[in-house]
Amino acid sequence: MSNTTKPEKGMGFIIGASSVGTLIEWYDFYIFGMLATIISKQFFPEDSGTSALLSTLAIFAAGFIVRPFGALVFGRLGDLIGRKHTFLLTLILMGGSTFCIGLVPGFKTIGWAAPILVLVLRLIQGLALGGEYGGAATYVAEHAPANRRGYWTSWIQTTATLGLFLALGIILLIRQGQGVEKFSGEWGGWRYPFWISLLLVIVSIVIRMRMSESPMFAKVKAEGKTSVNPLKESFGHRANFKMVLLALFGAVMGQGVIWYTGQFYAQSFIENVCKINFTESRNILLIAILFATPFFVIFGSLSDKIGRKWIMLLGMLLGICTYFPIYKSFIKWTDPANKREMVDASKTTTGPAIGAVDAKDKKKMLVSIKYDSVYTDGAVFTFTKFDTLHFTSDYTGNTAQIGYILANKELPSKMDTVLVKAKAAAGVVLPEGISYVTVEKKSEKRGVVIEKSLDSNTYWWMIFLIFIQVIYVTMVYGPMAAFLVELFPTKIRYTSMSLPYHIGNGVFGGLVPFLGTLIVEFTKTKDNPGGDPLAGLWYPIGIAILCVIIGAIYLSNHIDDDVMD
Amino acid sequence: MILAPAIMIFLFTQAADKIGKATEVTKSNVTLQWSIILIIFLPICVGLLIFGYYAFKGYYEHLPETSAEITDY
Repeated sequence: MSNTTKPEKGMGFIIGASSVGTLIEWYDFYIFGMLATIISKQFFPEDSGTSALLSTLAIFAAGFIVRPFGALVFGRLGDLIGRKHTFLLTLILMGGSTFCIGLVPGFKTIGWAAPILVLVLRLIQGLALGGEYGGAATYVAEHAPANRRGYWTSWIQTTATLGLFLALGIILLIRQGQGVEKFSGEWGGWRYPFWISLLLVIVSIVIRMRMSESPMFAKVKAEGKTSVNPLKESFGHRANFKMVLLALFGAVMGQGVIWYTGQFYAQSFIENVCKINFTESRNILLIAILFATPFFVIFGSLSDKIGRKWIMLLGMLLGICTYFPIYKSFIKWTDPANKREMVDASKTTTGPAIGAVDAKDKKKMLVSIKYDSVYTDGAVFTFTKFDTLHFTSDYTGNTAQIGYILANKELPSKMDTVLVKAKAAAGVVLPEGISYVTVEKKSEKRGVVIEKSLDSNTYWWMIFLIFIQVIYVTMVYGPMAAFLVELFPTKIRYTSMSLPYHIGNGVFGGLVPFLGTLIVEFTKTKDNPGGDPLAGLWYPIGIAILCVIIGAIYLSNHIDDDVMD
Repeated sequence: MILAPAIMIFLFTQAADKIGKATEVTKSNVTLQWSIILIIFLPICVGLLIFGYYAFKGYYEHLPETSAEITDY
């Protein structure tokens, strides 16, 4: 029953048509994560800080959590009505909801309706994605010859990473074209990537309309052997259900955490913990992904020769062993304490500051001061300290003098001395001999924004270490579609492989940024307000360890020659 | 089989601890976060428990080599 001699004619079109749609779905899904910081400001009340970010990450996570339900709904449909029509439907749902997210007004305009609408649209995105991947992977695998199944399906695997690449690239282009301020406004450029999605989806729908049904599914359907109740057959019978559980706990959950750590957590870490500036942090990821993406195909192809199991498990094992050293290096390389500043102005420098009268409260003034620290290795770290000052009485805003004495550049908790002389407003009576209003309460809301621009050497080392992590991703993910397809029979394949895939990736993987951030929050104490920045790694490492143990004991390295049955 | 209940107990104790320690301001946020975590991970723990049971019973000693082994109920 082997189909090893099946001609590969037309595989290019099949791969292209399947991949373009999947790539766009990933693009749609990722732009939300990429823009999480801006989204948290736009769709949540101001001044909620970390809780707004966590809420956004929770909405981001909701999109992942709902994916298994999408897998059930669309997996069932795919096994009942066919692969082609099902993933056309998922594509339309995904594109429509993404476009609509770009249309939702901000919190300032419609209040709590804004985050609720975004959440609903995000859930639709998640549902659609839950149905997409299984369909595309099944469709390609059912066309591919057995001895090249790993190779051909690995092209589908590249789409997830290329979707991330596309999302990053488009966001960077718009941001650079518009400037930071315009990009981040309520109706700013951050919405464009959502709107662009509509165009991409229309192109993809046109391509997919030209595709024919999977030959295996068509054969099963012609013979009247399609499943009557795919959900019951997939999960109601021990023989298949045990394979669903094995796929989840022995392979996919580990793959999920390795994937999301290597790409999402890494980016979040270098931006939020290491404070590398927006453009540089994204460029680092883009370059690393660009160089690593071909390895999906290399490992997919290799899995056709030596089997899928050990390649996937080795990828997980490498992640387990190297994550802590890698992330420690990130911190070390970007810590000013490990660098020599060319001019030591960190302790008592008085510099020019910017002050602005609060529009509503004339006793308030917002001050900020920006410093660049240049280091001997070429790195430039920019510190912007800001503060809100209270005055004894109203003033005109004609500030005669603002001075700022920094106690410590990096820590907002360190009290700075702010010297301000501001002219009193007309009618304000000041004590005799005093011609300026003075600061009543020195500080209300201190903070510091740090943006680091790396030196060339560190920059390339960072790219290399993220490249290494993406290589792990290619090892665990490259052979995954072929591995899953081979575990399940044709008539319930879409349903059976979609569920573990989306629990593993959507839940275990998708929650890496959320749970990682949460675990770090737990380590924060009064003595250590920053917490342990590496603590978030325990979640992916723990899951990967469990998966490696289960996979090593129970998975088979056998390549199934016949997936026609 | 033992791991799954252990994880469940760990999750419940952590949830109780963190919600208990939360201030009035953060309580609703912390409760929401832990509710999400529990709702997601408890069913997965049940799955892990079933997996452990199957492994204990030796159902994984032979993995199916053809689809007929899976679909012949």
